[in-house]
Amino acid sequence: MAVEQPVSTAPGDQTRIHNIGYRTYDGPRLGRAYARRSLYSQSLRGAYGLGRSVKSKVLPMLLFVVMCVPAAIMVAVAVATKANDLPVGYTRYAIIMQAVISLYIASQAPQAVSRDLRFKTVPLYFSRPIETADYVRAKYAALASAMFILTAAPLLVLYVGALLAKLDFADQTKGFAQGLVSVALLSLLFAGIGLVIASVTPRRGFGIAAVIAVLTISYGAVSTLQAIADAQGTSDSIAWIGLFSPITLIDGVQSAFLGADSAFPGGVGPTNAEGVVYVIVTLGLIAASYGLLMRRYKKVGL
Amino acid sequence: MYDPTVARLTYRALLGRRRALILGALPLLLIAISVVVRGLAGADDQTAADLLGGLALATMVPIIGVIAGTGAIGPEIDDGSVVYLLSKPVKRPTIIFTKLIVAIAVTMVFSAVPTLIAGFILNGNSQQIAVAYTVAALVASIAYAALFLLLGTVSRHAVVFGLVYALVWEALFGSLVSGARTLSVQQWSLAVAHRVGNGELVTSDVGLPTATVLLVVVTVLATWYAGQKLRSLTLAGEE
Repeated sequence: MAVEQPVSTAPGDQTRIHNIGYRTYDGPRLGRAYARRSLYSQSLRGAYGLGRSVKSKVLPMLLFVVMCVPAAIMVAVAVATKANDLPVGYTRYAIIMQAVISLYIASQAPQAVSRDLRFKTVPLYFSRPIETADYVRAKYAALASAMFILTAAPLLVLYVGALLAKLDFADQTKGFAQGLVSVALLSLLFAGIGLVIASVTPRRGFGIAAVIAVLTISYGAVSTLQAIADAQGTSDSIAWIGLFSPITLIDGVQSAFLGADSAFPGGVGPTNAEGVVYVIVTLGLIAASYGLLMRRYKKVGL
Repeated sequence: MYDPTVARLTYRALLGRRRALILGALPLLLIAISVVVRGLAGADDQTAADLLGGLALATMVPIIGVIAGTGAIGPEIDDGSVVYLLSKPVKRPTIIFTKLIVAIAVTMVFSAVPTLIAGFILNGNSQQIAVAYTVAALVASIAYAALFLLLGTVSRHAVVFGLVYALVWEALFGSLVSGARTLSVQQWSLAVAHRVGNGELVTSDVGLPTATVLLVVVTVLATWYAGQKLRSLTLAGEE
């Protein structure tokens, strides 16, 4: 009730400051870069359920195993039958397993950002030395790394298996490198799309459904239209239709520049000129999702 | 068995704000694609059957079923606000039944109606293809809604499990292992549709008697068990 004290009392007359032993922090200040690194590593661990409850480990680990098992089987078959080549190319593997990849990104992207929104912890992050760009970069990098681990691990299994089966070293290394570039692009693209969609909604379940709807419906629509264009004999339009879904976009890029066999109907991938458009669209989408995320988190109150 | 207030609240939860947007975007996309295909390829029965079977029935109906089925109860259990509903003098099976009706209605409106429209755009219902796939979508809506409503009461990760069933089991395993097709809502509804459509374009791996029995059993069992789960619901904290 400080206001009600009589004004006549001389200031400082009876007041006294007691020293009750509080001390200021004089240890090292770890700063912005450290906070960003911590956020990155926590998000990356969280994407595989490490440091979270047992229940939330089940799904990502299960999807990881499902990703790797077919590769192991292929390697076993290749070793046993002394084949001259792997049954599936490095670049083709992610295209075949796209359902698993979509499910992973759909379940983990909302996990990375939606819960922060729902429990209103985002303002707490921004009360630390990190800024909008740090939060977005850390989350994006963490999810892209998680995706890269998911998609590159089976390639590694294939590569090691191919070397054990004494397949041609130079040939396999080239294929492996091409596969790695392709899944790195795929990881960045999928992580960006997933995060942009997930960062709009605080509801985890709804975010999952929205991400999977965007990925599968766009693929379903594009592949249907491509099949029809193929049946109609208008093969020129197949490549242009492929621009409209993430997985066909990656397929187009790698069949134009990374020596992959196209999964498009008719097996005809884009030409080099069209491939340039594919690369531009892919990089544009990655940049756009980064930009949208930055815009989303500009408003600190959220 | 049907409580109008619970129904109204569920409709608001399902169709409020952005939810209606994504639910509405999928049917619009289907219709837009049908228009494009009709323009590109003209009226062709095989194309129509492929598009309606591959895109509408195999992808769109399950996804809308997942959103509506789990969305009818999942978010409430998730944020704990379901206790306010459970503390009212309304029987738990009544709550489930009402939410099931709402989920079925939403799934039907957003999947069967656009299927019918798309079918008419694609080939003007020649060989009864549009009607057959609409019937399949209607039947599948009921089973999917019941199944995913149950998942919503059982698990916090209902959406993921629902999608795993719809996309991995039905689409991936169904195309690789023929035995998996016997246990798929999609094939059961196709069996019913096969009866409606004349011609060989709508086919199913399951006989009509088996399909009907399985559909009824799954729907009733899922609804009953969801009611039981809700009776003994414990609210756990966030993981």
